[in-house]
Formats: sequence, C-alpha cells, structure tokens
Amino acid sequence: MADLRLETKIIDQCRELAVKISKPIETLIETHTTVAIERTVLRLLGVEGAVQQPGGQWFPEVNLIVEELRKEKTLGSGVLTWFVNGMIQTKMPAQELATAVALKKTNLLKLKRASEGEIKKKAYELCENAKKNLLVQKASRDQVRKEVKDPFDPEGRNGPLIYVIVATGNIYEDVIQAKAAVQAGADAIAVIRSTAQSLLDYVPHGATTEGFGGTYATQENFRIMRRALDEESRQVGRYIRLTNYCSGLCMPEIAAMGALEKLDFLLNDAMYGILFRDINMKRTLIDQNFSRRIIALSRIVIHTGEDNYLTTADAIENGHQVLASQFINERLAYHAHMTADLMGLGHAQEMDPEYPNVFLLEIARAQMTRQIFPKAPIKFMPPTRFKCGDIFYSHLMDAMFNLVGVLTGQTIQLLGMPTEAMHTPLLQDRWMSIKNAKYIFNGAKDLGKEVEFKRNGKVENWANKVLNDTFAHLSMIEKKGLFQAIEEKAFAEVSRTETGGKGFEGVLPRAPDYLNPFFELL
Amino acid sequence: MSKVTQVNLKKLRPYGDIMDDGAIQLAFTLPVEASPEAREAAVQLTQKMGFDQIKVATMEKAAQGFSFFVIYARLKHTIDFTQIKVLKVEAPKRSRDEIDGTIKSQIGRKLIVLGACTGYDAHTVGIDAIFNMKGFAGDYGLERYQWIDAKNLGAQVQNEDLLKLAIQLKADAVLVSKVVSQHNIHIRDMKELIQRAEKMGLKDKVVFVAGGPRVTHPMALECGFDAGFGVGTKPSEVASYIVEELLKRSIPLPKKLAQKKKVRKQKKSK
Repeated sequence: MADLRLETKIIDQCRELAVKISKPIETLIETHTTVAIERTVLRLLGVEGAVQQPGGQWFPEVNLIVEELRKEKTLGSGVLTWFVNGMIQTKMPAQELATAVALKKTNLLKLKRASEGEIKKKAYELCENAKKNLLVQKASRDQVRKEVKDPFDPEGRNGPLIYVIVATGNIYEDVIQAKAAVQAGADAIAVIRSTAQSLLDYVPHGATTEGFGGTYATQENFRIMRRALDEESRQVGRYIRLTNYCSGLCMPEIAAMGALEKLDFLLNDAMYGILFRDINMKRTLIDQNFSRRIIALSRIVIHTGEDNYLTTADAIENGHQVLASQFINERLAYHAHMTADLMGLGHAQEMDPEYPNVFLLEIARAQMTRQIFPKAPIKFMPPTRFKCGDIFYSHLMDAMFNLVGVLTGQTIQLLGMPTEAMHTPLLQDRWMSIKNAKYIFNGAKDLGKEVEFKRNGKVENWANKVLNDTFAHLSMIEKKGLFQAIEEKAFAEVSRTETGGKGFEGVLPRAPDYLNPFFELL
Repeated sequence: MSKVTQVNLKKLRPYGDIMDDGAIQLAFTLPVEASPEAREAAVQLTQKMGFDQIKVATMEKAAQGFSFFVIYARLKHTIDFTQIKVLKVEAPKRSRDEIDGTIKSQIGRKLIVLGACTGYDAHTVGIDAIFNMKGFAGDYGLERYQWIDAKNLGAQVQNEDLLKLAIQLKADAVLVSKVVSQHNIHIRDMKELIQRAEKMGLKDKVVFVAGGPRVTHPMALECGFDAGFGVGTKPSEVASYIVEELLKRSIPLPKKLAQKKKVRKQKKSK
C-alpha cells in the first residue's frame, strides 16, 4: 500500500491537543440544553404532528410546546419534566397530548403535579421505548443491506463509494433523478436541502415540491426517498445509501428523523454551521452532541464539512486548518459515543489547478488524511472553487479528482459535476460524471497498492509540512480557546463571536432538576 | 487569391474546420428509452432547431426511460455581426495604483464599499474573490486598496439589513453577489433590493453593482442595478467601474477638492 512516512509523534500530539481544546466545550454541553434538543426529545417520543398556521403553512407541534415552556422560563428543567407529568395527569399518549397542548387545549404548567419519582420513572420508560424503536428502525435498514450486495467499507478497501447529489426542489422529481443515478452506478444519494433551511428554527412538514437550490428536509420527504431507494436497491442488487443534512438550527431533530427514517449518512458538523451559516457556536456545539448520540445509536455515518474551508481560504496555504478541524471533530464525536468507523471526516480537492505540481500536493493531502484516520470513512469532495462554465475542462478536473481519490483510498467520493457553478445537476451531467468515475475507479483500482512514495520526496515532505502546521495551529487554538480562536479567524478566514450568530436565545442552562434520560440511554 | 475563405461578418456562422461550415455540437437527454425511435426523434428535433447534416455521434441509455444524445450538425442560420449591439459596462481599465490615485486626487476621501451575498444565498466565493485581500487571478481584492474602505458582510444578508448598513456607514457603493438562481430567486432578490433602495432614497446616492455566474450587465440594468458583472471578473474591473461612475455622478467632494475643481472649471471657461 502506498504509504507516506508521517511523523507519528506529531499526530499523537495533535490528538492530545484536540482533547484539551474540547474539554471546555464538553463542560458546556453537560451543563446546557437547547430548544432543539428539547424538541428532539418529543420527536423521539413519537410527536410528529403539525398545526396549520393562518398563512396555510404547517408548523410543528414540538416547536409550539417547547417555545411556550421557554417563554415561561421553565424549559431549563427539560421538556419531559412537564410533558411526562402531562401524560400522567391526562392519561393521554404522547401524540394526543402534544396536539392538545399545541392547540392550547391543555396547559402543561397548570396541571396537578405527580411526584418527582413517578415522573422520572415514566420518563425513563418512555425513553427506553423510544430507544427500542430507533433500534428496530436501524435493524430494518440493516436488513435491506443484508438482502442485497453492500459495497460500503469504512476503510475504503472496496474503492471509493460513488456519491452524487439530487437537488430539483421537488421530492418526486428527486426520486426520478436518484433512480437514474443509481442505474448509472451511484452508491449513495444525497438530497440537497433548500437553501437556508439550516436557518429555520423548525423542521418543515410533509412532502414538498418546491425549494431553492434543493429540496426541504422533512420526515415525509425522507420516507419517500428511502422507499424509492430501497426499491432501487433491490432492483439493481446493490444497497444504495441515503444522505441528508443534519446541520443548522434543527440539527438534533434531523438526526432523530434521519434515524427513524433509516438514513445511512448525515452531514453533521457544528463548525460548518458556525463558520458558513453564522449559527451561534454554543447552540450548535450543544446540539451537535445530542444529535451525534442518536447517530451513534443508529450507526449512521456522519460527514464533516472541512472541505468548505478550502472554498473561502486558499487550499494550498490552509491545508492545516482542515486537518486541525478534523482532529477536533474526531474528539467531539468520540465524546458523543461515536466510533471511528462512523466518522466521515471531510476534505476536498480545491487547489488552484494551474499551480505547478498541484496533484502532488493534492495526493499528499488525501493520502495523509487516509493514514491519519485509518478507520474513518473519509469523505472526499470535488473541485468547485476553480470551476467555471467550461464543462469540458471541468470534466477533466473531475477525472483527476477521481484518480487522486482511488489512488489514496478515499472511502466516499462526492463526484464533481461538469456543470458545477452553473446549475444543480441535470440528469445527463450526473450520468457523465458517474461514467467518468467508474472508468477511473475500475482502471486504477489497485494503483495505490502498487506505487510507493519517494522518501523525503515532494509528496511526503508536503504532507509532513501540513502536519507540522496543523500542530502549530492546534497549539494556538489550545492556548486561546476554541471560541476565541474562531473569533480570530482560525478557520476559513471567517470570524464569529461567542454570543453572535443565530439561535443563541435557544441555549439554556440546565436547571438542577433537569430531566432527560436520553443522555444516559444514548 | 486567398486560399481560404475569409469570414463574412454580414453572414456569420459557427466555425468547425472550414470557414462557414456552421459546425455545432449538441448534447441533450430525451425522457424516452434509447431506441431507433428515440434516435429519430432526436434527429427531427435537431432539424427543427435549424440544422442539417445531422450526425448522431452517440445515443446512450442514461437510465431506464432516458436516452442521452451527442449530436454534430451544421447550422443553417446566419447572423449579421455588424449589426450586433451589446450593453457593456463602460469604464477605462485601471490598475489598483491608478484607482487609488484617482480616488485620492479626484475624490479626496476613502470610498466606502459594502459587499454581501443577499437573501438566503450562502455562496460567498464570488464576493470573497472581489473583496478578500488576496483577490482573484493575481488581482488584489478591494480590502487591499488604500483608498477604499471595503466591508464584506458575507453570506445571507437580508436586503433590508444591507441597506440600513449602507445608510449608517454612508456607503458609496453596494456590491451584491448572487449565485443560487433556481426559480429566478436571484432576480427577485435583486429587484427587491432596488425597490427598497428607491423607497429609502438611496438609489441615486449609492452605486449598486451585482455579480454572479448568472448575472449579466443587461440583466442587472433590468433589475435596476447600475452594473452587473459575470464570472471571471477581477476586483480592479469592479473598482474601476465604481470610481468612474462616482466621478460621473459628481458626488459631494470634500471642501478643499471642491474648490480646486471650481477653479479649474473657471479656468477652462476662459
């Protein structure tokens, strides 16, 4: 196997720094909750309803219930403290009570109180059942994987998984596009979300047929696509993975929905939300922990968003930012009980294509990522920054990206599109792109096993340079603290503040009587 | 006698390898199964587009119920190139030093330029290329200009907030980047910005510039902007335009400079 001699001592030191950097965040997580976490708790209990608003839009019941408690300053005790008592007093099941509360027929704060012991006991019972339900859904997903051939290997030994996006805005049209992609050879389908869904502090409801730059992530849309892909999996005899976006203000809710609807991959990265969506850092880091606990139970593979750093910061100069962030992301994932084989750490091939020997540097980065995270299903993202309307040149860039991917043993390869920077992919764009990848992944299948990198050559030296830069960068972050470092543009040349950004008002300190058994069960 | 035919600008046609051959490549998908009938349909459609000598280079099964075609054909139509007129951004090309120099000597104070991706657009690649110090293709970004106070507000800035800030900071120019264009959301957002600007009395005080892969100058004008720039635009081109436009509008100058200009004008009139 092609192998770079990396300074392993530095890798160990980087991991130690990541542990230290994450400590204060872990304390923050353990002492706080958020409106999104509390909404997720209700969703896990089976609350899925929505109330039609005067404008005709559907607004989730979980939002109405949680928001009322927040306004009354009682949410710090956890939604279950009130909701479970409500179930005891009214003898209603969760969904029925939720509807009654959302329609203001029942006021959770005005009910008689059962004893703390009784509430706690009932809460544990409900959460245990919710956990069982998640495990049933997981088993049902894994059953399909067993029925057909499953090409996925976290360590990438079967060659890169072919991953493409659909983004028509209409879930039914997405199904057509997804099925066509599978027939062409795709192994994983990501339904891109409508632009800015990550900034909505609620999850839209029902099947949707209109979106901007993508299709809304709703539980019903998840179901529709899962059903279609299961059908197609059986049709082609190959398991097709479904991906959606578990980031933004509803991060843990999407995790719960994804787990319930049998998704395989979720893009899940607080750092992405902080830097690129201006979501408050405390909010999203706390949300991320709870979402990753659900993800860990359901054994969904997360994808982190470090590739994005290279679209705003120069990819040649800033490789260390990506690696530093991957170390932190890895640590935070472990803290949420995830295992290495679920950590699809992200990076990208985004260097200036006209830079001399650019592929040597790209190979160095991709290969070092593979070696530093040997168990992780590394996610490799295609060139976007230097793409323009020249689809022929663009197709060539993607071919070189595919070659780097197969040579360095990347696990998940998000295919580039010839029409990147023009429009969301047409059926024929995706078809061309898959044909390109299949040709190269097949033709260069064992190339990585045949070549060796020159000792102290350009590739090896570049990798060690990036590694050393990463160590220096993490040392700086450790000294300043992650929040301060982000404010001083440690990543992607973007500055964010601790109390700035969207969703900060949804962060609450946990009260002494905070009740949420999921933190013990997940 | 020349051995090759010269281009006839009155009757311009695409060029393959012989002047006036009209050669064109086409690629499209039909939502029917790849079949002899699908191929015939593709040929007939191509005929209707105004082509002859149609060669189907390939028909591929792109998926169940979808056939993909690559076609080469000769275009029958011609265009009178001498009659073409295009709305273009008219501004002399200046270097960064020249722009700084022009602002210093003719405006006499730093220009305030705001930039943002508006609406829900989160794609900052374009606005960053124009603003960031590093710039784009070797052309430094606006943040590097000594005489420009450049503020990049980043992604997902609402029109209303952008205009409020423009008033507060007394902006001379506002740069808007639009990437997402599904359902023409970019056009809607751009028009809305200008409508608001008009209501707030900003339209004449501030130069409004749009940029993005789907933005053209005529389209920007139609949305009420002063100029539009497409992919590959360099920061110095945008800066040149802003300076030129502001000079044309004769924005209020600092007193000293205003007096100098008056004197110069008087001299001229003599």
